[in-house]
Amino acid sequence: MATEFTAETIYDLPPSDLVLPDRVAGRMYTDPAIFELEMTKIFERTWVWVAHESELPRGGSFKSTFVGRQPVIVTKDRKGNIHTMVNRCRHRGASLCEKRSGHVNGFTCPYHAWSYGLDGQLRGIPYPDAYEGVMDKSALSLKKLRTESYGGMIFATFNEDAGPLEDFLGDVRLWIDRFMAQGGGYPIKVIGTHRFKFKGNWKIQLENTTDGYHFPIVHRSWMASVDAETAEMMSFMTDPTALTHDLGNGHSVMQMVPEHSDLNDDDGSEPLQPRFDGLAAELKAQGLNDAAIRKLVRAVHGTGFNLNLFPNVSMSSSFFRVLRPVSVDETHIEHVALGPDGPAEIVDPVNRTRLRAHEHFQGPFGFGTPDDSEGWDRVQRGAQGAPEMPIMVNRGLAREKASPEGWPTSHVTDETGMRAAYDQWKQMMSDD
Amino acid sequence: MTEAPTNTASSMLSLTDPRVVRAIELIWREAALLDAKEYEDWQALYAEDGIYVIPIDRAAESFDDVLNMVYDDARMRQLRVARMTEGYAIAAVDAATTVRNVSRFVLASVSDQEVALKAGQILVAYKRGRHDLWAGDVDYVVRLGATPYEDRLVRKVVRLIDADDAVPAAGFLL
Repeated sequence: MATEFTAETIYDLPPSDLVLPDRVAGRMYTDPAIFELEMTKIFERTWVWVAHESELPRGGSFKSTFVGRQPVIVTKDRKGNIHTMVNRCRHRGASLCEKRSGHVNGFTCPYHAWSYGLDGQLRGIPYPDAYEGVMDKSALSLKKLRTESYGGMIFATFNEDAGPLEDFLGDVRLWIDRFMAQGGGYPIKVIGTHRFKFKGNWKIQLENTTDGYHFPIVHRSWMASVDAETAEMMSFMTDPTALTHDLGNGHSVMQMVPEHSDLNDDDGSEPLQPRFDGLAAELKAQGLNDAAIRKLVRAVHGTGFNLNLFPNVSMSSSFFRVLRPVSVDETHIEHVALGPDGPAEIVDPVNRTRLRAHEHFQGPFGFGTPDDSEGWDRVQRGAQGAPEMPIMVNRGLAREKASPEGWPTSHVTDETGMRAAYDQWKQMMSDD
Repeated sequence: MTEAPTNTASSMLSLTDPRVVRAIELIWREAALLDAKEYEDWQALYAEDGIYVIPIDRAAESFDDVLNMVYDDARMRQLRVARMTEGYAIAAVDAATTVRNVSRFVLASVSDQEVALKAGQILVAYKRGRHDLWAGDVDYVVRLGATPYEDRLVRKVVRLIDADDAVPAAGFLL
């Protein structure tokens, strides 16, 4: 096992030697061969988030997306079962569906009109007599991925031998339950998606959602533009109760606003922010009582934590951040806005407020995202230099301790979550 | 009285109509200010009740109940200009250099009070060896003042051709 990286050895080390307890090799961001291995050893082996259940509201709903680099379609069939299938016709390989989402009875390939059901079964072939005695139609379903969900979060994997999703999530489930409480008494639904791309490796984004340290520096511009209460709420740099926990299997949770970690735990002492007075009045006019209003308004900012799931989704305060690796130095990211799903007269005013708050920070023209993206671009460019010099992920290592639950824990500005993710990366990249 | 062309696609843009010329001059002035990153002056071209929008849904006509890339009223424009100019935003400090052309004007409606135009905008953004192409249709509504100096934008909607796809994160405005 290497204990340091040198200019002579850095390109000879196997991937598993590129992660040390307190540092990783910059080569992990820049080496195309490592990216290729990551696609097969990580993205085609583990559970990858593909959809939220609200994106598949009824039988016939579909969403097209990616698992690693592979295009997939996620569907809900008439019985309510969810399927994830490679978006590729079994005949000559054409993509079946180029729409992002919608509602269909099945999929017909535009090339030779082979048609498939919502469960991927091959249903029809034009002029089939030429296939008699050649092939068995029943063996030519779309290639399916295992699909399982927890708390409305739908994951798929190419790995038939992967353990159950719930085992992979482990203690993350508690935090998913807490995240979903931001519906304020209603379920959560997707209310819009920002999409942007940056010229950098996917792991730079993976690190970022568990990087409390960058927040007041990179996001000073956003902090300067919000009301005093919101800025105060995000002033966690010196708050000793703001903690990051390593939840195992590469997952971690970063509690920026610990008093909002469990939104159901409300002693009523925290005043609602005055900027939401108008929203509260609108809800009152709809006949909601003060307790119901408080529940919805207090949750407008979402939960007080970022829950980072390895390898591709973060449940981040009030939205999902989904990464898609495109190449060693290009990543596409979705910022999926969320809000309560209920009667329009109640949830529409809440969701308008949430949409405006999401636009304020997120997306390609938000007050936060472009600055993040600039930082990540700099990492990708800078990491080309001195490949033997490590990327440091040692912040807070000496003050990391086990929480009562047994989770390795340190301050929210520490790099505990990155170390958790890289431990998992190392393990998966070492597997044969 | 508003004179709306009966057929937008075939409507002729009258460059002899001084109201239309004034609107186009304002649009070109706005484009030049954005390329020059003179955001305070840019902001002053908007009416107090004006909106500046970059929707995700290219076909959207109302923006309240959907997610947009930008949906700025006067308050948000003020905050955005502060962000672009105060020096804290690393994306704005190191923003791409941009050059844009706005043309292909089609007249939607004209009156003595207001001119509505639809245009095409092609913008090239250069930064660190990369050229990004930003193309879109743009809707403008210009409110005519007592003099051309008092003409103001009341609506600008930039409908990117790739609005619902992944675009780069930007340190400039469209």
